[in-house]
Amino acid sequence: MKVAVIQFPGSNCDQDALYSLREDIGVAAEYVWHDSTSLVGFNAVFVPGGFTYGDYLRCGAMAATAPVMDEVRRFAREGRPVVGVCNGFQILCESHILPGALMQNVNQKFLGQDCYLKAINRTSPWTERVEGVVRIPIAHMEGRYVADAETLARLEGDGLVAFRYVSPTGELSEEWNPNGATNAIAGIVNDKGNVLGMMPHPERATRKLLGCDDGLAIMSAFRLLPVN
Amino acid sequence: MVTVRVFVNLKPSLLDSAGRTVTGALHKLQFDEVADARIGKTITLQMEKFDEERVKAMCAKLLANPVIEDYSYEVLN
Repeated sequence: MKVAVIQFPGSNCDQDALYSLREDIGVAAEYVWHDSTSLVGFNAVFVPGGFTYGDYLRCGAMAATAPVMDEVRRFAREGRPVVGVCNGFQILCESHILPGALMQNVNQKFLGQDCYLKAINRTSPWTERVEGVVRIPIAHMEGRYVADAETLARLEGDGLVAFRYVSPTGELSEEWNPNGATNAIAGIVNDKGNVLGMMPHPERATRKLLGCDDGLAIMSAFRLLPVN
Repeated sequence: MVTVRVFVNLKPSLLDSAGRTVTGALHKLQFDEVADARIGKTITLQMEKFDEERVKAMCAKLLANPVIEDYSYEVLN
């Protein structure tokens, strides 16, 4: 398994992601610059967080037009593993790889804190090992997931909600929904399950030294997935 | 050259949290007649010629996100 960690101008979680993948998950990972037109030699993609292109126009809107995104779209279409975290999730939505959009947090504040997640979908490679409630950090200002009613009904009906924000004991409560996301949605998968987008940062929670290794349950899919 | 002014606004059904705060601030300054304020963007394009279909395409593809935003435009001399 060799993971492409996509770097755009303004990416700032790229080093965390590469380190986590190499040192904590134990897979090969290399940076791929945004103007690259080929992902030959890679088996999976990680789109990291940051403030790509200064969040100009909308978060992720400029990154969605980068040359490398045509290759990421192809990976997603072909059923290869693609994960977008935080700004990476915003980029996947702006690229129409995942449905919906991320809007400003309901309290208009940048939120840097731990949050608690429960895996709703349990059949994707990213969620099948996530037992009970996991603690994963968030760091964003535009993380309120929204989608039109038809899309929401499809996400809920087809089991495409990957994670919801919950209380530490696993209850759904607006008090524990940090950004006001619709239906407390923290992450979604596509209908094939190969693409995951989520606002919380599992790559920042893959070793105890960082305070928590609950992210291993999500990130270890990169090691356990079949390589093709 | 022709000037095209594109207006991008959040869909009316969506909460504009910044706009809601501006409404509250206006009320604090005793502009109580304001029921609601919503914040949008203006993008001013200089074009060699106006082509409605091309402007609509650029709005739909990049300038607005149809999931959350509506757009309109006006052509100025």
